[in-house]
Amino acid sequence: MTNCLVVDDSKVIRKVARHILESLNIKVAEACDGRDALTQCQNAEHDVVLLDWNMPVMSGMEFLQQLSALKATRPKVIFCTTENGLAHIKAALEAGADEYVMKPFDRDTLESKLQLVGVI
Amino acid sequence: MPELRLTPSMRILAGLLEIRTGQTLSENRFWRIETLLRPIVRSNRLRGLDDLVAAIQADPAGPLARAVVDALLNNETSFFRDEYLFRMVSHDLIPALMEEVRASGREKHLRLWCAGCSTGQEAYSLAMLFRDHQARWPGWKMQIVATDISNEAVERAREGLFSQIDVQRGLPIGSLLRWFQPEGDQWRIDGALREMIDFRVGNLFEDGGPLGRFDMIFCRNVLLYFSPGRKRELFHVLSRHCGEGGYLLLGAGETVIGHSNDFVASRRFRGAYERARPVSLGAGVRAAGQAGRGGRP
Repeated sequence: MTNCLVVDDSKVIRKVARHILESLNIKVAEACDGRDALTQCQNAEHDVVLLDWNMPVMSGMEFLQQLSALKATRPKVIFCTTENGLAHIKAALEAGADEYVMKPFDRDTLESKLQLVGVI
Repeated sequence: MPELRLTPSMRILAGLLEIRTGQTLSENRFWRIETLLRPIVRSNRLRGLDDLVAAIQADPAGPLARAVVDALLNNETSFFRDEYLFRMVSHDLIPALMEEVRASGREKHLRLWCAGCSTGQEAYSLAMLFRDHQARWPGWKMQIVATDISNEAVERAREGLFSQIDVQRGLPIGSLLRWFQPEGDQWRIDGALREMIDFRVGNLFEDGGPLGRFDMIFCRNVLLYFSPGRKRELFHVLSRHCGEGGYLLLGAGETVIGHSNDFVASRRFRGAYERARPVSLGAGVRAAGQAGRGGRP
């Protein structure tokens, strides 16, 4: 079963993402910021991280940079953010993100992106 | 869920769709008629489907009838739909076709037809695929003819402007960066891809002039809307347009088997079909006419 860590400071977004992911038969864990996510990644294995950009305590970008330094084989990372400009997308890919979801998203979009990174 | 009341107007509208496009709308999908036509009913200040039918009967060839047919067509499509198929086309099918072209001494040129192109995502996916791999295929050209019966869909395909939702279905983020530019809250496809594709409006079953022959025909998620007789007829049309050594690609879950003897499953390429026997390109092709679509890649 695929494991996904949903990292977003919005409880509503986490709930929506969980609902969609579970309907795709994916096991979901949640984190409310980058630091919380980093701790969870140190303690458990995830196949994919669905990652918000702007969060308190630690941003999605900082999380990705620290995760890449921390783990040689890290989970796939899909940014999922309202930062929809070209500059942000390029920066995310340069930092090692595997895919990018522009909010708002729906089930088809998430399913498509998860297929593209090869976790379903 | 309350039982749907099937009205004479629904039957007339489903009949209009079938006459104009060949597509069959089964009774268990009649609920779509009311939903899909509600915006037209409202914008024309009509009271309901009965009024709409009356207005169409007053001008059967007019813009209202065309708009109704357009609205009833299924526009569902996405970039790189069924990714495995595009991988097979890129890794196996195109190189094999190129080998055959080389062996025959023909010009380094492949012709593809997207029969039932909807709003263009499949045709643009093929154009992207070709351009992304062009370094492997120096000197080769690809021409894509993409046809659909819906004026509105073809206009949107030609425009090459896609919503944020469209570009997030099937399209890798790297391809978005390479081939699209943001325009307001939408995304404009690169003109170089647009130039590779000849988008045309046309009906698969009506005379619209010869399209010629193709090395690959993509007619995907089209067949499911047609009756067995129409499917047979469609395969016959497609076989006339399939070049020597060419291939037909269908949607997932679609097959030639049991519907037609014009094509046989390819032994080399899973999911592809080859023309069963040579057919001369003559008056038959011209009579078969310009192609359109029934469903969506």
